[in-house]
This record gives sequence, structure tokens and C-alpha cells, in this order.
Amino acid sequence: MHQVLNLKGKPMLEVDKTVARWLKTNTFHHSEFWDMQELIRAKERAGISISLCIPTLNEEKTIGKEIIVFKSELMDRYPFVDEIAVIDSGSTDNTIEIAASYGADTYLSAEILPEHGFKAGKGENLWKAIHQLKGDVICYVDADIKNIHPKFVTGLVAPLLYRPEVQYVKAFYDRPLALSEGLRPSGGGRVTEILVRPLFSIFFPELTALMQPLSGEYAVRRGLLETLPFPIGYGVETSHLIDVFRTHGLDAFAQTDLDRRVHRNQSTIDLGKMSFGILQAFLNRLRHYDIVSELPEVNGMFRQLQAEGRCYEMLNREIIEEERPPMVNLPEYRERHGRD
Amino acid sequence: MTKEPAQKTTDQILDNRQSLSKLREILFANIIMAGEIPSPTGLERAVTQFLSDRFSEGWLNDISRDQAGNVAAVLPGTDVKRNLLVAAHVDKIWGESEDHTVNVGVGRMSGRGIADNGLGVAVLATLPLVLEALEIQLKSNLILLGTTRSFGRGDLAGMRFFLEHTDREIGAALCLEGMNLGRLSYSCLGMARGVISVDSKGSFSSPDEHSSGAIACLNELVRELLELNRDEFPETKILIGSIEAGSGYNVPPGRAMVRFEIRSEDADLVERVETEVKSLVGQKEVGYVGEVNVEMIAHRQPGNLGADHPLVKEARNTLSCLGIRPNVEPSISELSALLDQKIPSLTLGITKGENRHAPDEMIHLEPIFDGLAQIVSVLQFMDASGFEFEG
Repeated sequence: MHQVLNLKGKPMLEVDKTVARWLKTNTFHHSEFWDMQELIRAKERAGISISLCIPTLNEEKTIGKEIIVFKSELMDRYPFVDEIAVIDSGSTDNTIEIAASYGADTYLSAEILPEHGFKAGKGENLWKAIHQLKGDVICYVDADIKNIHPKFVTGLVAPLLYRPEVQYVKAFYDRPLALSEGLRPSGGGRVTEILVRPLFSIFFPELTALMQPLSGEYAVRRGLLETLPFPIGYGVETSHLIDVFRTHGLDAFAQTDLDRRVHRNQSTIDLGKMSFGILQAFLNRLRHYDIVSELPEVNGMFRQLQAEGRCYEMLNREIIEEERPPMVNLPEYRERHGRD
Repeated sequence: MTKEPAQKTTDQILDNRQSLSKLREILFANIIMAGEIPSPTGLERAVTQFLSDRFSEGWLNDISRDQAGNVAAVLPGTDVKRNLLVAAHVDKIWGESEDHTVNVGVGRMSGRGIADNGLGVAVLATLPLVLEALEIQLKSNLILLGTTRSFGRGDLAGMRFFLEHTDREIGAALCLEGMNLGRLSYSCLGMARGVISVDSKGSFSSPDEHSSGAIACLNELVRELLELNRDEFPETKILIGSIEAGSGYNVPPGRAMVRFEIRSEDADLVERVETEVKSLVGQKEVGYVGEVNVEMIAHRQPGNLGADHPLVKEARNTLSCLGIRPNVEPSISELSALLDQKIPSLTLGITKGENRHAPDEMIHLEPIFDGLAQIVSVLQFMDASGFEFEG
């Protein structure tokens, strides 16, 4: 468990006490779950099955390694994960071939629930995985991790095995920010620190307890996942956090320190698009929960500028955060998973 | 007395190869994990921990780490008095802060140190499972050893320490190197390795004066070193391994150094050339304003198991059965410490690869199973034999 540090001389507000308590009780480190034999016993006691979902779009450089490590360590050596599935958005490289060659189940997102069409976006893959996969717990892991290790799955699933009240476990990592005097900044990433944390601080201060709310690695119980609406783009994680918090409270969350994650850096331009999508999803949740009155319709046109010499031009890109309904609302899903 | 058991047939070796494919994921995962752990010479703790964990998971006996940092474990045989050794050096040539990411493609992996010796470490970690998968119970205890401090100034310190301190008598040994498949080393060259450093002691203060600084002095030394090469039998060579000097375009270099190796099958010749090198350096210092020094950092004694040794013949037979042409080359690695102790030993390569010691060092995955079948076959032969080695 992590020590919670407070600003000196300032009385704690109620929300601060809540966050401080939660950080002590619901924040884990992956090393607490090093004993695979014990994890297998805990899984058997809990009587749950685990699906691992890796959403992909042109990830041929890293997908092979993820599949090899997860399949070897979490299926062949220890029967921890019951299925490993790659849900692909239509890669044009060798992602699917490589994943299949190393033993993953591979699916094209467009071919899952085809009667509901296909929308391009990572959230679409995550949503369709709920229908396609069988596990009681679904663990999502991004495909672009270079330093892959079994802890990316065990660290996230383990709290669900030991703590029945926990529904949703998020990953967080060390980031190479400046360290001083033993303090470790939460280092949530640029979009988190500049956009999401300020928004949460204003509207949902309890959610600031999450070190990296946008991390793409999390494990969730199916019973919760099937009730969540899914933005198909950048806003899916933010939207989830708000929905789970509003319906189940902060104690439904846990977070696990996975130490270090090495991945591709995104350009500032791409982070701008990401922020725009997140902001749309955030405003949609404000409207949904009637938190801010008279909120205007969200404009889906993201406007950036480009300069070349003395030539200045607009780079407009339409980013619409479409939303999929809770999976449990779909008859096909209820039939396949016995929900009627 | 040398008992020579029957050689393995092609069918037996190919059957083993086929059966090993079920270990694909476990083997590949071990390669990735061993490959991604930085382990420069002298800082091998993390990779030996990885091996130790794997040995623990495999329920091996006597898992231990010694004072040299080596990690060892024993797969017990049916005859408690007999011991075979399989070793892989765990250090890599790359620094701790270098990117050790392993890239996985169809049928290949690449990354710093993946062949030398990430793959050797991974095979060492997987070997108990390999024998289990093939339902092979050896008579001999099989000692699995990850050795430290193999490269450069390490001077085989890990292997030497183990051999000096182990209380087990080792009947025969295999050293594993990631690449290349077909490599068959059963002899070692005599070797002396050193560093010559030139330090101008700040005597060059302006670009106009002695405009090439320490580099000019070093250049002259290198030319003279190469003149010490002897082409007559037994051949003696000086290998200039690397040179470091200078920092830019317009600053006279104050320091320069050259790393070199003297190699010969004749130990006396190595010693004689080493004396000549020291003499050269001494002469250079007399007429030089700064300092010129030579430091010898490693030595190897020559050794040869002999092309007619049954172990060598079996290794050739195995490679032939697998359709692989042997590439016989003398070694200057762990094998020399083993032959020095009169232990019948070989170094074998595991797979085909490219770009050795480059950041994109690459190994092919499918030939690894040939490499594993080769190791198993030679190991079984060693287990069934009672060798003698005259040295």
C-alpha cells in the first residue's frame, strides 16, 4: 500500500479524506501478487473465468511479443487466463497474422455483431469484446507496450479475485518525471495532467485519486462492463470512470502500480485530437447527469493551425464521440450470455 | 578407458525436434524475457534472478548463487556420482541504459544481445522442460550454470570461480551460444588481451602545436603492433578491437586508447608477442612528452579436445543428421576455462542469426528447434559415455 502525503498546514476536506482513505485501501503494487500458485488458488476460490482482450490497429511491431508472453506465462505455465483475444479494427499490416501465428484468437471488429455496423475507434473494439469473449472478468491491455510482462494482467485482475466489492481496476505507471526527496509525482501523462485532472478536480474530485485515469490497461467484471455505454473513440476511459463513479461510487475502483510502461510517444497534434475527444465525452456525461444546465450542443469540428513559411492554414478534423449503448441492452448479447 | 555409446540416428534426432515444438511459447517467452533484461558485465544480478526463478519453478535442486554472481541448479540424475555441466554466460556487451526491447516478427526476433547471449540463457532456463517433454531421464546430475563476467575485463571470472570452487567432479560440459547454429568449438586459442593508453598530460595547448595530439602517437603504435603479426605456423595474430580518441574537429586529443588481443595456438608465442608489445610501449614512452601505458587485462591458455574425440564426432554426426554443416572454429570464451581444467567440453550454437553485436541483432526462431535437438542429442551421448581427456 502507498503512503498518502498531504499538504502541510491545510485542513483536510471531506473529499480529501475519502481520497486518502481510498488510496490506502484500494491502491496496490503488482509485486503484492507475485505468487502465481496463490493467484491460481484465488481464482479457483472466486470461481471466475478471465478473458484477456487486446484491441489492435496496425500493431505488428509489438503484438507478437505480447501474445507470446501472455500465452506462455498465463495459459501454458499457469492456467490464469482462459482466453486471449485480439480484436482488430482493420489493420493493414501483419498484426492479425502475427497474433494468430503465436496462438491468439483473432477477430475483426467489423465481423462481431455485424448487424450493428462498424465504427472506427478503439472503444468499438472494447465494446464488441464484451459480446465476443466469455470471461466473467475482461482484462484490456493495449497492444503497443514494449516491455510486456505478465504483471500487466495479474496486477489488474488480482484485486478482483480478493476484493468482491471492487469492480474496476486501473493500471498506473512510473513516468520519467523529475524525482526529488523521495516524492514520486503521479505522472499521469500530459493529457491527464493538463485536461482530465483539472476537469475531475472541478466536477468529480474523488476521481482525482486515480493516478492515470486514461491508461489503456484495466480489468472489469462483466456484470459492470455490460451496463456501461461505450464512446467509441478517445473518451471511452473517461466516460467509464464517470459512469462507474456515479452508479457505484469510488470504492468500486482499485488501481495497481505496474512500475513502468514503455510505449510509443504521441505527437502534440495527436494529443490535441485526443483531448478534443475526451472533452466531448466529458461534456456528454455532464449533460447525461444534468450537472451543468443549458450546455450547448457539442461542436465536433476540431480546429488546429499549421504554418509553413508565411502560409498559415486551418487543419480541421471532425471528431465525433459516438456512443454505443450498454451491451446488456442488445438482444443478441442477452441471448449469447444468458441474460434473459 | 573411453566407452563410446552408439550414435543417435537421424530419425531419433528428428523425432525429438518434432516433439519440442510444443514448447514454442514457453521457449519464446523465455527468449523475450531474458533478452529484455540488461546485463552488462559485472551487473548481471537481474538476469541471474530470472534464471533462479525459472529453476525454482522447475523444482530443480541446489539452486544457488555464488560469490562471483553465477547462478546454478541441479537436475538430479539416477547416478549421484556423475555430473554433466551445461553453461551459458549471462552477460551482454550492452550497457544497462541501452534499449533492450525485443522486437518480434514472423519467425524472427531482434534486439540488443538477443543472440549473445539472451538465447543461450533462455535455452538454459528451458532445458529442464525440454528433457521432461522428451521423457529423458539422465543418469548424470545435470548442472545448469549461468556464468557472469564473461566479456572484456570480466575475463571469464564467473566460470573460473565456479570451476575453482565446485566440489562436484564434472564429466563433460557444453557451453551454449545463441548463434550460429552449426558452430562447433572444441579448441581454444591462447590469448592475451590488453589496453594501451596514451595521455598527453595537457602538453598540447593549441591547435597549432602537435596538431594530432595523442592520436598521432597511437596511430604509430597501432602500425607497429600490426607488424608483430606472424604468418608462419603456428600463426600469431594481433587483433585491433577498438580505438577511442578525440572529441571534435578542432581540439587536439589529450587521450587515446586502443584495445587489442594477441591470439595464437602456441602459448609461448602469445607470451613472446606480449613481451614485444610491452617493449614497444616502453620505447614509445621514452620519446613522448606524456604517458603511454599498457595494461594486460585477460589471458587464455590454448587447449584442444581433438577432432577425433568421441564427443566431437557425435556433435558432427548430430549436425549431419539435422542437415547442418558444422562450422568448426576455435573459441576464446568459457570453453577455454573448461579445457584448461581437462574437462571434455564443446561450445555449440543454437540458431541462425544476423547482425551479431549490433543493436538489431536478429535470430531466426524455427532453427532453434534444430539447435535444441542438437543439444539434447549431444547431452545424451555425454550421459552415456565415460570420457577421458588428455588435453
